[in-house]
Amino acid sequence: MKITPRYFILLFLITLIPTSSLLAAEMPEIDTGATAWMLTSTMLVLLMVPGLAMFYGGLVRTKNVLGTMMHSFAAMGIMTVLWVVFGYSMAFGPNILGGWFGWNSDNLFLSGIDETIMSGGIPEYVFSMFQAKFAIITPALIAGAFAERVSFRGYCIFIAVWGVLIYYPLCHWVWASDGFLFNLGANGAIDFAGGTVVHISAGVSGLVAALFIGTRKSFPHLQMRPNNLVMTLIGAGLLWVGWFGFNAGSSLSSGLSAAQALTVTQAAAAAGALAWIVIEGFHLGKATALGFVSGVLAGLVAITPAAGVVQPAGAMALGVLASAACYSCILLKNKLGFDDTLDAFGIHGIGGIIGALFLTFFIRDSWMAAAAEKAGGSWTMWQQFGVQLTAVGIAIAYAAVGTLIILYILNKFVKIRSSEEAEMKGLDNYYHGERGYGMVNPN
Amino acid sequence: MKLIIAIIRETQLDQVRESLIQAGVTRITVSHVSGHGRMLAENEIYRGQKVIPNLVPNIRIEIAVNDDFVKVTCDAIFNATKANDGGLIGSGKIFITPLEEVIRLRTGETGKEAI
Repeated sequence: MKITPRYFILLFLITLIPTSSLLAAEMPEIDTGATAWMLTSTMLVLLMVPGLAMFYGGLVRTKNVLGTMMHSFAAMGIMTVLWVVFGYSMAFGPNILGGWFGWNSDNLFLSGIDETIMSGGIPEYVFSMFQAKFAIITPALIAGAFAERVSFRGYCIFIAVWGVLIYYPLCHWVWASDGFLFNLGANGAIDFAGGTVVHISAGVSGLVAALFIGTRKSFPHLQMRPNNLVMTLIGAGLLWVGWFGFNAGSSLSSGLSAAQALTVTQAAAAAGALAWIVIEGFHLGKATALGFVSGVLAGLVAITPAAGVVQPAGAMALGVLASAACYSCILLKNKLGFDDTLDAFGIHGIGGIIGALFLTFFIRDSWMAAAAEKAGGSWTMWQQFGVQLTAVGIAIAYAAVGTLIILYILNKFVKIRSSEEAEMKGLDNYYHGERGYGMVNPN
Repeated sequence: MKLIIAIIRETQLDQVRESLIQAGVTRITVSHVSGHGRMLAENEIYRGQKVIPNLVPNIRIEIAVNDDFVKVTCDAIFNATKANDGGLIGSGKIFITPLEEVIRLRTGETGKEAI
């Protein structure tokens, strides 16, 4: 036999066969394309958290800018640690306690997934970290509702308890393969990237917390102006960019469904932004920069649950609808005198509800056909609407009641609301001993 | 007519304003200033290290009043800065100077009427 390069290659392959087939039997091979996109998405979603810090930070008064930004940054610390220690076990373990949440003690400290490759060809570490970012941003969103009047210690303890008791169970119900909302109806309640889990739960909890904690001192008589709208706009820009990881990453693949999600995300954000400044233009005669970015957020929030099932025309309709609904709700809020300071409920709660319910009317035909097949015959739009309504109702009820109980009990031990002195001096000075714009001082 | 100039702690602006409004003094000019008196500045912390700034940020309030409002105004500022002060040095000062003339730009009124 002639010794050729091909001979060596064959020899090499023969020696490989037993080991590689052994591995293949255990777990799927890594899909490098999908893994690369999921790594990118994970980072994009984390980028949303500093984006949110800037968005919220710019909207409060000068004396509270650092304290407000710290709400987002503290969430990065607290929620990450909890997630690694036992959050992932709770959110994505098999059902326990009748499906209240999951539990898998192998995954404490993520130790059980050290070498796991998931069926989509991505390492489970990546999935776990991707999901961790969602657990970070959700409590950080709530902070907008009670900005400028919450004690730092109270906030830290609150988001830790809230994450464990509200977020992990909701996340389990909607996204874990044995979660009961995941399996509701013919093809599950549709929540592609977290309309119910992230936005509705954060918005509703924010509203409950804002009502529980009470209004800021001198609200609404004192005009409280944003300290830096430029920072708010930069933050909104980061959120928009990061949202492509949030939505297109939620397909857990690098292919057609990621492309679909990415396209509708862009379409909804743009339509929402335009709708907001048009409404504002007619109502107040001016198109504000804050209005434009609020519209961007309303559109993005509304498309979040829907990104996997609607087409661009439907996405734009959802964006417009969300902006109109959020705009009206914020007017209503001002009439009622609720101090949802940075409109966590007005934008995330309402936008999430609009998206999760009205996506039903824009679902692409192939999804409905697949659902009908699973249901064994027919599956109508209205049946799916019922499923969506159930999921939204459960999320609202669970988040509202749970948050109220947590706040009530927690408030017995730690004062959630900051003291009057802290509120007057500003959170920056009182809780952190720093100032946001110290460099302005000629010193 | 008198011009009242008060230098107060940066963190007490809100409570001083609230107290002034309650006392019926609603015309006020506020600016950011830096300076120090005898005080050792309140410590600030940057990355775990305590620093003592040599020029401390303060707030300067200017209020022009008719003579019968001088006491009301000064009392309002005085009482407000007492609260939440912690008894440390560096609470600030009030300066009162005579004011020669006032002209309201919109109408051209002068003197007591213009204040």
